[in-house]
Amino acid sequence: MKTNYDIIVVGAGPAGSIAARYAAEQGVSVLILEKDRDVGYPVRCGEAISKAGVEEFIPSDEKWIAAHIEKFSLNSPDGTEAIVEFEDAGYVLERRIFDYALAKTAANAGAEILTRAYVNGLIIEDNKVAGVKYEYRGEPKEVKAKIVIGADGVESRIGRWAGLKTFVHFRDMECCAQVTAAQINLDPNTLYFYFGEEYAPGGYFWAFPKGMNTANIGLGVSGMVGKQRSALSYLNNFMTKRYPDAPVLTSIAGGVPSTVTLEKISAPGIMLVGDAARQVNPLSGGGIASGMIGGSIAGRIAGESIKLNKPDHVLTYDKAWHDRLGKRHETFERIKNGIYNFSDDKFNKIAHSFNKVPKDKRSLGRLFTTALINQPSLLVDIAKVFVI
Amino acid sequence: MYRQAKTGKLMIEILRDKCDFCGCCVGICPEDAIELKEAEIYIIDARCTNCSKCVWSCPIEVIKFNREGVLV
Repeated sequence: MKTNYDIIVVGAGPAGSIAARYAAEQGVSVLILEKDRDVGYPVRCGEAISKAGVEEFIPSDEKWIAAHIEKFSLNSPDGTEAIVEFEDAGYVLERRIFDYALAKTAANAGAEILTRAYVNGLIIEDNKVAGVKYEYRGEPKEVKAKIVIGADGVESRIGRWAGLKTFVHFRDMECCAQVTAAQINLDPNTLYFYFGEEYAPGGYFWAFPKGMNTANIGLGVSGMVGKQRSALSYLNNFMTKRYPDAPVLTSIAGGVPSTVTLEKISAPGIMLVGDAARQVNPLSGGGIASGMIGGSIAGRIAGESIKLNKPDHVLTYDKAWHDRLGKRHETFERIKNGIYNFSDDKFNKIAHSFNKVPKDKRSLGRLFTTALINQPSLLVDIAKVFVI
Repeated sequence: MYRQAKTGKLMIEILRDKCDFCGCCVGICPEDAIELKEAEIYIIDARCTNCSKCVWSCPIEVIKFNREGVLV
Protein backbone atom coordinates (compact mmCIF):
# COMPACT_ATOMS: atom_id res chain seq x y z
CA MET A 1 0.00 0.00 0.00
CA LYS A 2 1.20 3.47 -0.89
CA THR A 3 0.89 6.57 1.30
CA ASN A 4 -0.30 8.72 -1.55
CA TYR A 5 -3.05 8.09 -4.11
CA ASP A 6 -4.70 10.12 -6.84
CA ILE A 7 -8.16 9.22 -5.55
CA ILE A 8 -9.51 7.71 -2.32
CA VAL A 9 -13.05 6.33 -2.22
CA VAL A 10 -14.59 5.94 1.24
CA GLY A 11 -17.10 3.08 1.21
CA ALA A 12 -17.31 -0.04 -0.96
CA GLY A 13 -21.05 -0.16 -1.70
CA PRO A 14 -22.30 -0.02 -5.29
CA ALA A 15 -21.74 3.75 -5.65
CA GLY A 16 -18.21 3.60 -4.23
CA SER A 17 -17.14 0.58 -6.26
CA ILE A 18 -18.45 2.05 -9.52
CA ALA A 19 -16.81 5.42 -8.80
CA ALA A 20 -13.50 3.63 -8.12
CA ARG A 21 -13.83 1.57 -11.29
CA TYR A 22 -14.58 4.51 -13.60
CA ALA A 23 -11.64 6.42 -12.13
CA ALA A 24 -9.20 3.48 -12.20
CA GLU A 25 -10.09 2.69 -15.80
CA GLN A 26 -8.43 5.97 -16.74
CA GLY A 27 -5.09 4.82 -15.34
CA VAL A 28 -5.06 6.89 -12.15
CA SER A 29 -4.29 5.32 -8.74
CA VAL A 30 -7.35 4.56 -6.60
CA LEU A 31 -7.77 3.23 -3.06
CA ILE A 32 -11.12 2.14 -1.58
CA LEU A 33 -11.45 2.18 2.23
CA GLU A 34 -14.28 0.10 3.70
CA LYS A 35 -15.12 0.24 7.41
CA ASP A 36 -16.61 -3.23 7.69
CA ARG A 37 -14.79 -6.55 7.51
CA ASP A 38 -16.63 -7.49 4.36
CA VAL A 39 -17.67 -5.77 1.19
CA GLY A 40 -21.44 -6.18 0.77
CA TYR A 41 -22.20 -7.12 4.35
CA PRO A 42 -24.24 -6.31 6.37
CA VAL A 43 -26.98 -5.71 3.79
CA ARG A 44 -29.25 -2.73 4.47
CA CYS A 45 -31.64 -2.89 1.59
CA GLY A 46 -34.84 -4.33 0.09
CA GLU A 47 -32.64 -5.45 -2.82
CA ALA A 48 -35.00 -4.78 -5.74
CA ILE A 49 -33.65 -3.14 -8.90
CA SER A 50 -34.63 -2.80 -12.56
CA LYS A 51 -32.77 -4.85 -15.12
CA ALA A 52 -31.74 -1.73 -17.03
CA GLY A 53 -30.37 -0.20 -13.83
CA VAL A 54 -28.06 -3.20 -13.36
CA GLU A 55 -26.98 -3.79 -16.91
CA GLU A 56 -25.63 -0.32 -17.47
CA PHE A 57 -22.80 -1.43 -15.16
CA ILE A 58 -22.52 -5.21 -15.02
CA PRO A 59 -23.92 -8.08 -17.14
CA SER A 60 -26.70 -9.98 -15.36
CA ASP A 61 -25.43 -13.03 -13.51
CA GLU A 62 -27.56 -15.69 -11.82
CA LYS A 63 -25.02 -15.77 -8.98
CA TRP A 64 -26.44 -12.60 -7.50
CA ILE A 65 -30.04 -12.79 -8.74
CA ALA A 66 -32.38 -14.09 -6.05
CA ALA A 67 -35.57 -13.58 -8.08
CA HIS A 68 -36.63 -12.41 -11.54
CA ILE A 69 -39.45 -9.87 -11.41
CA GLU A 70 -42.28 -9.69 -13.93
CA LYS A 71 -45.11 -8.15 -11.94
CA PHE A 72 -45.91 -5.51 -9.34
CA SER A 73 -48.79 -6.16 -6.98
CA LEU A 74 -50.02 -2.91 -5.44
CA ASN A 75 -52.33 -3.40 -2.50
CA SER A 76 -54.70 -0.75 -1.23
CA PRO A 77 -55.79 -0.52 2.43
CA ASP A 78 -59.08 -2.39 1.88
CA GLY A 79 -57.20 -5.36 0.37
CA THR A 80 -57.84 -4.59 -3.31
CA GLU A 81 -54.93 -5.78 -5.40
CA ALA A 82 -53.87 -3.97 -8.58
CA ILE A 83 -51.43 -5.93 -10.72
CA VAL A 84 -49.07 -4.36 -13.24
CA GLU A 85 -47.18 -6.71 -15.55
CA PHE A 86 -43.78 -6.13 -17.14
CA GLU A 87 -41.51 -8.08 -19.37
CA ASP A 88 -38.08 -8.66 -17.89
CA ALA A 89 -38.60 -5.85 -15.40
CA GLY A 90 -35.89 -6.51 -12.89
CA TYR A 91 -34.48 -8.51 -10.06
CA VAL A 92 -34.38 -8.99 -6.37
CA LEU A 93 -30.65 -9.12 -5.74
CA GLU A 94 -28.47 -11.04 -3.37
CA ARG A 95 -26.67 -7.86 -2.34
CA ARG A 96 -23.84 -9.49 -0.42
CA ILE A 97 -22.81 -11.26 -3.65
CA PHE A 98 -23.71 -8.38 -5.96
CA ASP A 99 -21.66 -5.81 -4.03
CA TYR A 100 -18.74 -8.23 -4.05
CA ALA A 101 -19.01 -8.64 -7.83
CA LEU A 102 -19.01 -4.85 -8.30
CA ALA A 103 -15.99 -4.41 -6.02
CA LYS A 104 -14.19 -7.07 -8.06
CA THR A 105 -14.77 -5.07 -11.24
CA ALA A 106 -13.19 -2.07 -9.50
CA ALA A 107 -10.26 -4.20 -8.37
CA ASN A 108 -9.83 -5.62 -11.88
CA ALA A 109 -9.70 -2.07 -13.22
CA GLY A 110 -6.75 -1.44 -10.88
CA ALA A 111 -8.31 -0.06 -7.68
CA GLU A 112 -6.88 -1.21 -4.34
CA ILE A 113 -9.31 -2.13 -1.56
CA LEU A 114 -8.73 -2.13 2.20
CA THR A 115 -11.45 -3.42 4.53
CA ARG A 116 -11.69 -2.77 8.29
CA ALA A 117 -10.43 0.75 7.60
CA TYR A 118 -12.60 3.20 9.53
CA VAL A 119 -12.20 6.75 8.23
CA ASN A 120 -12.53 9.22 11.12
CA GLY A 121 -11.30 12.50 9.69
CA LEU A 122 -10.04 14.42 6.69
CA ILE A 123 -6.65 15.97 6.01
CA ILE A 124 -7.22 19.55 4.92
CA GLU A 125 -4.43 21.57 3.28
CA ASP A 126 -4.85 25.08 1.85
CA ASN A 127 -8.64 24.88 2.33
CA LYS A 128 -8.79 21.77 0.20
CA VAL A 129 -9.36 18.14 1.09
CA ALA A 130 -5.98 16.42 0.73
CA GLY A 131 -6.51 12.95 2.19
CA VAL A 132 -8.11 11.01 5.04
CA LYS A 133 -7.30 9.88 8.56
CA TYR A 134 -8.43 6.39 9.41
CA GLU A 135 -8.21 3.66 11.97
CA TYR A 136 -7.00 0.29 10.77
CA ARG A 137 -7.22 -2.58 13.26
CA GLY A 138 -7.03 -0.16 16.16
CA GLU A 139 -4.13 1.94 14.85
CA PRO A 140 -4.44 5.52 13.59
CA LYS A 141 -3.23 5.99 10.01
CA GLU A 142 -3.22 8.65 7.31
CA VAL A 143 -3.25 8.51 3.55
CA LYS A 144 -3.05 11.39 1.12
CA ALA A 145 -5.02 11.91 -2.09
CA LYS A 146 -5.78 14.61 -4.60
CA ILE A 147 -9.48 13.78 -4.55
CA VAL A 148 -11.59 12.05 -1.87
CA ILE A 149 -14.90 10.52 -2.96
CA GLY A 150 -17.34 10.09 -0.06
CA ALA A 151 -19.45 6.96 -0.65
CA ASP A 152 -20.08 6.51 3.05
CA GLY A 153 -23.79 5.87 2.79
CA VAL A 154 -26.63 7.30 4.84
CA GLU A 155 -24.23 8.56 7.54
CA SER A 156 -22.51 10.90 5.08
CA ARG A 157 -19.92 12.26 7.50
CA ILE A 158 -17.10 12.68 4.96
CA GLY A 159 -19.09 15.44 3.26
CA ARG A 160 -19.80 17.20 6.56
CA TRP A 161 -16.15 17.22 7.50
CA ALA A 162 -15.44 18.87 4.15
CA GLY A 163 -17.99 21.58 4.94
CA LEU A 164 -20.93 20.30 2.86
CA LYS A 165 -24.34 20.30 4.48
CA THR A 166 -25.28 16.62 4.41
CA PHE A 167 -27.60 15.90 7.34
CA VAL A 168 -31.15 14.99 6.42
CA HIS A 169 -34.22 16.48 8.04
CA PHE A 170 -35.90 13.68 9.97
CA ARG A 171 -39.08 14.25 7.95
CA ASP A 172 -37.18 13.24 4.80
CA MET A 173 -35.58 10.13 6.26
CA GLU A 174 -37.49 6.93 5.56
CA CYS A 175 -36.79 4.83 8.64
CA CYS A 176 -36.87 1.20 7.58
CA ALA A 177 -37.07 -2.18 9.25
CA GLN A 178 -36.96 -5.46 7.37
CA VAL A 179 -36.84 -9.18 7.95
CA THR A 180 -35.83 -11.91 5.53
CA ALA A 181 -38.22 -14.70 6.39
CA ALA A 182 -38.79 -18.27 5.19
CA GLN A 183 -42.07 -20.11 4.52
CA ILE A 184 -43.56 -17.08 2.79
CA ASN A 185 -45.90 -18.23 0.05
CA LEU A 186 -45.92 -15.40 -2.45
CA ASP A 187 -45.62 -15.46 -6.22
CA PRO A 188 -41.86 -15.84 -6.79
CA ASN A 189 -41.81 -13.26 -9.62
CA THR A 190 -43.92 -10.49 -8.11
CA LEU A 191 -42.97 -7.50 -5.99
CA TYR A 192 -45.71 -6.78 -3.46
CA PHE A 193 -46.40 -3.26 -2.18
CA TYR A 194 -48.90 -2.30 0.51
CA PHE A 195 -50.16 1.23 1.10
CA GLY A 196 -52.11 2.91 3.84
CA GLU A 197 -52.27 3.91 7.49
CA GLU A 198 -52.17 0.37 8.83
CA TYR A 199 -49.08 -0.66 6.86
CA ALA A 200 -46.81 2.36 6.53
CA PRO A 201 -48.23 5.89 6.71
CA GLY A 202 -46.25 8.26 4.50
CA GLY A 203 -44.29 5.40 2.97
CA TYR A 204 -44.95 1.87 1.82
CA PHE A 205 -44.71 -1.69 3.01
CA TRP A 206 -43.03 -4.29 0.80
CA ALA A 207 -42.65 -8.03 0.36
CA PHE A 208 -40.01 -8.96 -2.19
CA PRO A 209 -39.55 -12.67 -2.97
CA LYS A 210 -36.02 -14.06 -2.78
CA GLY A 211 -36.50 -17.60 -4.05
CA MET A 212 -37.29 -20.84 -2.20
CA ASN A 213 -40.26 -19.26 -0.40
CA THR A 214 -38.11 -16.68 1.33
CA ALA A 215 -38.81 -12.96 1.07
CA ASN A 216 -37.60 -9.56 2.21
CA ILE A 217 -40.50 -8.11 4.16
CA GLY A 218 -40.20 -4.58 5.42
CA LEU A 219 -41.32 -1.00 5.38
CA GLY A 220 -40.21 2.57 5.49
CA VAL A 221 -41.92 5.40 7.34
CA SER A 222 -40.92 9.03 7.55
CA GLY A 223 -39.13 10.12 10.73
CA MET A 224 -42.21 12.26 11.28
CA VAL A 225 -44.24 9.06 11.73
CA GLY A 226 -41.39 7.46 13.66
CA LYS A 227 -41.80 10.15 16.27
CA GLN A 228 -45.13 8.51 17.21
CA ARG A 229 -44.50 4.89 16.29
CA SER A 230 -41.42 3.06 15.06
CA ALA A 231 -40.93 1.13 11.82
CA LEU A 232 -40.24 -1.96 13.90
CA SER A 233 -43.65 -1.92 15.53
CA TYR A 234 -45.39 -1.72 12.11
CA LEU A 235 -43.28 -4.65 10.95
CA ASN A 236 -44.03 -6.74 14.02
CA ASN A 237 -47.71 -5.99 13.60
CA PHE A 238 -47.70 -7.23 9.98
CA MET A 239 -45.70 -10.35 10.74
CA THR A 240 -47.89 -11.31 13.70
CA LYS A 241 -51.02 -10.93 11.60
CA ARG A 242 -49.90 -12.64 8.41
CA TYR A 243 -46.88 -14.82 9.08
CA PRO A 244 -46.84 -15.55 12.82
CA ASP A 245 -44.85 -18.76 12.40
CA ALA A 246 -42.43 -17.75 9.65
CA PRO A 247 -38.79 -18.38 10.61
CA VAL A 248 -36.81 -15.14 10.40
CA LEU A 249 -33.39 -15.50 8.79
CA THR A 250 -32.22 -11.89 8.99
CA SER A 251 -33.57 -8.80 10.62
CA ILE A 252 -32.18 -5.38 9.78
CA ALA A 253 -32.82 -1.67 10.12
CA GLY A 254 -31.78 1.25 7.99
CA GLY A 255 -32.35 4.84 6.98
CA VAL A 256 -33.16 5.85 3.41
CA PRO A 257 -32.72 9.55 2.64
CA SER A 258 -35.80 10.01 0.46
CA THR A 259 -35.45 13.49 -0.85
CA VAL A 260 -33.75 15.52 -3.53
CA THR A 261 -29.98 15.47 -3.92
CA LEU A 262 -27.91 17.71 -1.64
CA GLU A 263 -27.51 21.28 -2.80
CA LYS A 264 -23.76 20.74 -3.22
CA ILE A 265 -22.15 17.37 -3.84
CA SER A 266 -18.65 18.56 -4.69
CA ALA A 267 -16.07 21.00 -3.32
CA PRO A 268 -12.31 21.35 -3.88
CA GLY A 269 -10.85 17.85 -3.45
CA ILE A 270 -14.13 16.17 -2.49
CA MET A 271 -17.10 14.55 -4.23
CA LEU A 272 -20.07 12.66 -2.78
CA VAL A 273 -21.86 9.70 -4.38
CA GLY A 274 -24.83 7.42 -3.65
CA ASP A 275 -26.74 7.70 -0.37
CA ALA A 276 -24.03 10.03 0.93
CA ALA A 277 -25.00 12.56 -1.77
CA ARG A 278 -28.70 11.76 -1.20
CA GLN A 279 -28.98 10.37 -4.73
CA VAL A 280 -31.78 7.95 -3.83
CA ASN A 281 -34.90 8.04 -6.03
CA PRO A 282 -37.29 9.80 -3.63
CA LEU A 283 -40.40 8.18 -5.07
CA SER A 284 -39.33 4.52 -4.84
CA GLY A 285 -36.61 4.79 -2.23
CA GLY A 286 -34.40 2.80 -4.62
CA GLY A 287 -30.77 3.81 -4.42
CA ILE A 288 -28.67 1.06 -6.05
CA ALA A 289 -29.07 2.11 -9.67
CA SER A 290 -29.03 5.86 -9.04
CA GLY A 291 -26.03 5.45 -6.73
CA MET A 292 -24.12 3.59 -9.44
CA ILE A 293 -25.00 6.31 -11.96
CA GLY A 294 -23.77 8.98 -9.52
CA GLY A 295 -20.65 6.91 -8.91
CA SER A 296 -19.92 6.53 -12.60
CA ILE A 297 -20.21 10.26 -13.24
CA ALA A 298 -18.06 11.14 -10.22
CA GLY A 299 -15.45 8.49 -11.06
CA ARG A 300 -15.18 9.65 -14.63
CA ILE A 301 -14.85 13.32 -13.70
CA ALA A 302 -12.37 12.58 -10.89
CA GLY A 303 -10.17 10.58 -13.28
CA GLU A 304 -10.31 13.34 -15.89
CA SER A 305 -9.47 15.97 -13.31
CA ILE A 306 -6.30 14.08 -12.33
CA LYS A 307 -5.23 13.38 -15.89
CA LEU A 308 -5.80 16.97 -17.03
CA ASN A 309 -4.28 18.26 -13.81
CA LYS A 310 -7.30 20.52 -13.42
CA PRO A 311 -8.49 20.38 -9.78
CA ASP A 312 -11.50 22.61 -10.50
CA HIS A 313 -12.88 20.05 -12.94
CA VAL A 314 -14.42 18.13 -9.99
CA LEU A 315 -16.86 21.00 -9.52
CA THR A 316 -18.52 20.15 -12.87
CA TYR A 317 -19.90 17.01 -11.18
CA ASP A 318 -22.89 18.81 -9.64
CA LYS A 319 -24.27 19.87 -12.99
CA ALA A 320 -23.47 16.56 -14.71
CA TRP A 321 -25.45 14.71 -12.01
CA HIS A 322 -28.31 17.22 -12.10
CA ASP A 323 -28.67 16.83 -15.86
CA ARG A 324 -28.56 13.03 -15.76
CA LEU A 325 -30.86 12.32 -12.78
CA GLY A 326 -30.91 15.08 -10.18
CA LYS A 327 -33.50 17.09 -12.05
CA ARG A 328 -35.71 14.04 -12.48
CA HIS A 329 -35.50 13.33 -8.76
CA GLU A 330 -36.92 16.80 -8.07
CA THR A 331 -40.03 15.83 -10.00
CA PHE A 332 -40.20 12.43 -8.27
CA GLU A 333 -40.00 14.24 -4.94
CA ARG A 334 -43.09 16.30 -5.80
CA ILE A 335 -45.01 13.21 -6.89
CA LYS A 336 -43.97 11.45 -3.70
CA ASN A 337 -45.28 14.31 -1.61
CA GLY A 338 -48.59 14.04 -3.46
CA ILE A 339 -49.01 10.27 -3.34
CA TYR A 340 -47.72 9.45 0.11
CA ASN A 341 -50.14 11.91 1.64
CA PHE A 342 -53.15 10.14 0.12
CA SER A 343 -55.79 8.97 2.56
CA ASP A 344 -56.70 5.29 2.77
CA ASP A 345 -59.95 6.11 1.01
CA LYS A 346 -58.07 7.60 -1.94
CA PHE A 347 -55.76 4.59 -2.27
CA ASN A 348 -58.83 2.34 -2.34
CA LYS A 349 -60.55 4.42 -5.00
CA ILE A 350 -57.45 4.36 -7.20
CA ALA A 351 -57.16 0.57 -6.92
CA HIS A 352 -60.87 0.11 -7.72
CA SER A 353 -60.79 2.31 -10.81
CA PHE A 354 -57.49 0.82 -11.98
CA ASN A 355 -58.96 -2.68 -11.89
CA LYS A 356 -61.69 -1.53 -14.31
CA VAL A 357 -59.02 -0.83 -16.93
CA PRO A 358 -58.74 -3.77 -19.42
CA LYS A 359 -55.99 -6.13 -18.29
CA ASP A 360 -53.72 -5.64 -21.30
CA LYS A 361 -53.77 -1.88 -20.77
CA ARG A 362 -52.71 -1.87 -17.14
CA SER A 363 -49.32 -0.21 -16.87
CA LEU A 364 -47.56 1.94 -14.27
CA GLY A 365 -48.30 4.98 -16.43
CA ARG A 366 -51.97 4.02 -16.42
CA LEU A 367 -51.87 3.62 -12.66
CA PHE A 368 -50.50 7.13 -12.28
CA THR A 369 -53.17 8.40 -14.63
CA THR A 370 -55.76 6.77 -12.42
CA ALA A 371 -54.16 8.41 -9.40
CA LEU A 372 -54.54 11.70 -11.23
CA ILE A 373 -58.30 11.48 -11.43
CA ASN A 374 -58.18 11.47 -7.66
CA GLN A 375 -55.60 14.22 -7.37
CA PRO A 376 -55.62 16.47 -10.45
CA SER A 377 -52.85 18.73 -9.16
CA LEU A 378 -50.40 15.87 -9.70
CA LEU A 379 -50.93 16.17 -13.44
CA VAL A 380 -48.10 18.58 -14.13
CA ASP A 381 -45.54 16.53 -12.22
CA ILE A 382 -46.57 13.19 -13.64
CA ALA A 383 -46.62 14.57 -17.17
CA LYS A 384 -43.01 15.64 -16.63
CA VAL A 385 -41.91 12.13 -15.71
CA PHE A 386 -43.23 10.72 -18.93
CA VAL A 387 -42.10 13.61 -21.12
CA ILE A 388 -38.52 13.88 -19.84
CA MET B 1 -22.37 20.69 26.59
CA TYR B 2 -26.05 20.14 27.20
CA ARG B 3 -26.65 17.92 30.15
CA GLN B 4 -29.35 17.22 32.63
CA ALA B 5 -29.30 20.29 34.88
CA LYS B 6 -29.40 18.56 38.25
CA THR B 7 -27.41 15.40 37.61
CA GLY B 8 -25.04 16.65 34.89
CA LYS B 9 -25.50 13.42 32.97
CA LEU B 10 -26.08 12.84 29.25
CA MET B 11 -29.77 12.61 28.31
CA ILE B 12 -29.67 10.68 25.04
CA GLU B 13 -29.07 7.00 25.57
CA ILE B 14 -28.25 4.45 22.88
CA LEU B 15 -29.11 0.92 23.94
CA ARG B 16 -25.97 -0.56 22.40
CA ASP B 17 -26.87 -4.17 22.99
CA LYS B 18 -29.99 -3.75 20.86
CA CYS B 19 -28.50 -1.49 18.17
CA ASP B 20 -28.25 -2.68 14.56
CA PHE B 21 -25.57 -0.08 13.67
CA CYS B 22 -27.58 1.01 10.61
CA GLY B 23 -26.50 4.66 10.59
CA CYS B 24 -29.96 6.21 10.30
CA CYS B 25 -29.39 8.36 13.40
CA VAL B 26 -25.96 9.47 12.16
CA GLY B 27 -27.45 10.75 8.89
CA ILE B 28 -30.08 12.71 10.80
CA CYS B 29 -27.94 14.21 13.55
CA PRO B 30 -27.56 17.95 12.82
CA GLU B 31 -24.49 18.19 15.07
CA ASP B 32 -22.45 15.20 13.79
CA ALA B 33 -22.56 13.97 17.37
CA ILE B 34 -22.78 10.21 16.81
CA GLU B 35 -19.76 8.02 16.17
CA LEU B 36 -20.50 4.71 14.45
CA LYS B 37 -17.94 2.05 13.64
CA GLU B 38 -18.55 -1.47 12.38
CA ALA B 39 -20.39 -2.61 15.51
CA GLU B 40 -19.68 0.16 17.98
CA ILE B 41 -21.71 3.31 18.55
CA TYR B 42 -21.59 6.21 20.95
CA ILE B 43 -22.60 9.83 21.39
CA ILE B 44 -19.91 12.48 21.20
CA ASP B 45 -21.17 14.24 24.29
CA ALA B 46 -19.44 17.58 23.64
CA ARG B 47 -21.57 17.97 20.51
CA CYS B 48 -24.96 16.50 21.50
CA THR B 49 -27.67 19.11 22.11
CA ASN B 50 -30.38 16.64 23.24
CA CYS B 51 -32.50 17.59 20.21
CA SER B 52 -33.93 14.03 20.13
CA LYS B 53 -34.13 13.73 16.34
CA CYS B 54 -32.15 10.46 16.61
CA VAL B 55 -34.72 9.16 19.09
CA TRP B 56 -37.59 9.85 16.68
CA SER B 57 -35.87 8.39 13.65
CA CYS B 58 -34.47 5.17 15.08
CA PRO B 59 -36.35 2.41 13.16
CA ILE B 60 -36.00 -0.10 15.99
CA GLU B 61 -36.45 2.05 19.11
CA VAL B 62 -32.98 1.68 20.57
CA ILE B 63 -32.33 5.37 21.29
CA LYS B 64 -34.05 6.80 24.34
CA PHE B 65 -34.44 10.24 25.82
CA ASN B 66 -33.78 9.96 29.52
CA ARG B 67 -35.08 12.84 31.62
CA GLU B 68 -32.85 12.08 34.54
CA GLY B 69 -29.75 11.64 32.46
CA VAL B 70 -27.60 8.56 32.08
CA LEU B 71 -24.05 7.69 32.97
CA VAL B 72 -21.90 6.90 29.94
